[in-house]
Amino acid sequence: MSVLLDESNRVVVQGITGHQGQFHTEAMLKFGTNVVAGVTPGKAGQKVHGVEVFGSMTDAVRDTGADTSILFVPARFVKSAAKEAMDSGIQLMVIVSEHVPVHDSIEIIQIAKSQGVRIVGPNCPGLGSPGKAKLGIMPNQIFKEGTVGLVSRSGTLTYEVVNALTEAGIGQSTCIGIGGDPIVGTSFIDVLDLFQNDPGTSAVVLIGEIGGTAEEEAAEFIMKNLTKPVCAYIAGLTAPPGKRMGHAGAIISRGRGTAKSKVRALEEAGVKVANVPQEIPKLVKEILNDA
Amino acid sequence: MKLLEHQAKELFREYGIPTPCGYLVDNPNDVDDHIGDSVIKAQVLIGGRGKAGGIRFANDAESAREEVRNVLGMDIRGFKVRRVLIEERLHIARELYMGIAIDRSRGLPLLLASKEGGVEIESVKDELIGRWHLVPDDKTDGIVNEITSFLALNGMKEQVARLVESLWRLFWDKDCELVEINPLVVRKEGDMVASDAKIIINDDALFRHPELPIEEEDLTPLERRARDKGIAFVQLDGGIGVIANGAGLTMSTLDTLSLYGGKGGVFLDLGGTDDVAQVVEAFRLMVDASPKVILVNIFGGITKCDTVAKGIVQAKESLHISYPMVARIKGVNETEARRILEENGIFALQDLDRACRKASELEAS
Repeated sequence: MSVLLDESNRVVVQGITGHQGQFHTEAMLKFGTNVVAGVTPGKAGQKVHGVEVFGSMTDAVRDTGADTSILFVPARFVKSAAKEAMDSGIQLMVIVSEHVPVHDSIEIIQIAKSQGVRIVGPNCPGLGSPGKAKLGIMPNQIFKEGTVGLVSRSGTLTYEVVNALTEAGIGQSTCIGIGGDPIVGTSFIDVLDLFQNDPGTSAVVLIGEIGGTAEEEAAEFIMKNLTKPVCAYIAGLTAPPGKRMGHAGAIISRGRGTAKSKVRALEEAGVKVANVPQEIPKLVKEILNDA
Repeated sequence: MKLLEHQAKELFREYGIPTPCGYLVDNPNDVDDHIGDSVIKAQVLIGGRGKAGGIRFANDAESAREEVRNVLGMDIRGFKVRRVLIEERLHIARELYMGIAIDRSRGLPLLLASKEGGVEIESVKDELIGRWHLVPDDKTDGIVNEITSFLALNGMKEQVARLVESLWRLFWDKDCELVEINPLVVRKEGDMVASDAKIIINDDALFRHPELPIEEEDLTPLERRARDKGIAFVQLDGGIGVIANGAGLTMSTLDTLSLYGGKGGVFLDLGGTDDVAQVVEAFRLMVDASPKVILVNIFGGITKCDTVAKGIVQAKESLHISYPMVARIKGVNETEARRILEENGIFALQDLDRACRKASELEAS
């Protein structure tokens, strides 16, 4: 089993004729994703890797029955592209673009909530359900089919850990990168809840980083609601305080949001926490044996 | 991007939020001869100025000039004072707090009003702070009564309504992450004035605000060069220059180095680039930071490994890199990347652990 995504999702790639759009459409097709259409205004009638390009989301959805979309559009056009997708009836949307203005994210996510649309991102690598489908930019070869669910705030660190799991022979049900921005459409808690209710997921890996309090909130949710075993890694244990380390989210201030406070909260919730990402496979084997 | 107090107050005035009369000087001779009771405030992009001696009081032109002289050129926690704001002194009846920030958990703007102001909002008791979530395109009428009675500003409802509406419009129009009035002063004269002003604009939205002033942040020259090139770059204490893609992966590389006694000297996040020139530029910055060892850790997704490999080869040739280099390349197009590197005499490891151990050994040797 998997969460949010499987082989039945009918996917539109928004911005399919761009450099990234073309490249990742091909990779998603190879992974088995059911990409049924692409959209680029003014480019209707073209084909990208055999996928028909439409000029608008309305046309694409009407002609192909698409229900899912992925956005490869520049940050400043994300808001209008996302609104267009929701207006045409898209139910699940992954926003890969980084540097989306935070007020635009707030608006998009508010509309999504009121219409019951699921958004993953922005500024995220997307999600992959091995053996079924991938909606995002994660490298294809790192995945292996299995029963471990993974959720992460950090893009490339997701690849690192998924790859380590696969190399250790541990397969995954679904791996979700929720994105590193302060405001994202899908939270740790949303994904933990999905994994708890997915019969195909037997254990959960959570990857966090310094900044914000999302990991502490996740720890509280795990304590109250998760019966499945969880292990975690928090990036930035050795990051010096006061330095902005890249992500909008990755900033340490006033003693809150540190790696230490997050590790403490997770351990109190019964989660095993790794010191470095490479320790995760060993911890997963331990929690699966204990469960 | 943080605004200086005087810039934030200019925006306040534009949106009809009352501020004290004042003007900016960078020279004691510019102080007005007819000045009375006044406050001299250092303009720096860091909190805690008052405690550091960056806020002074004067009662005539002579003492004001003296205080301006004292404050100009001061170093406040690494920030040099280049300009000073001189303001009329307010007759304070009460000090409150009002601000709008973004509540990450709810994904909505949150208006905070406190019965106590003038201190750090973190140290105010929870029950003294009122909280109201705001939704985009919302009017603020619905919460004005609540805020007025929470702050016990009965009889000032219209002023509160104007203030809340202005603050919210400013927050939304200018893509703010934070707008803060602390203290919000109720004067003995019976009106409200924003005694201080703090505004943080969302960096990702700056492209639609060419009207806003861009102030130089307190960065090292190399950090500034990196920022201008759109590369996240932080100088640290150790000897290993780390080039990785993604903040999380870069931080976990530093975590892994520390396992082997290694220490990061520079943190360089390539981000999601897929451009050879950008990679070469990253190496140029790295070389100028003079590390002992360079450790490259790339896990390509949107970044293609072969692009990075071409960049490494070009950088090695054009910059004559003499530092020992350890590379770890995984992900999209990794086979091609390894072929390019090996053909040019650069050995790439696949394993992060081994790469970190190797880099730590080289740093120690």
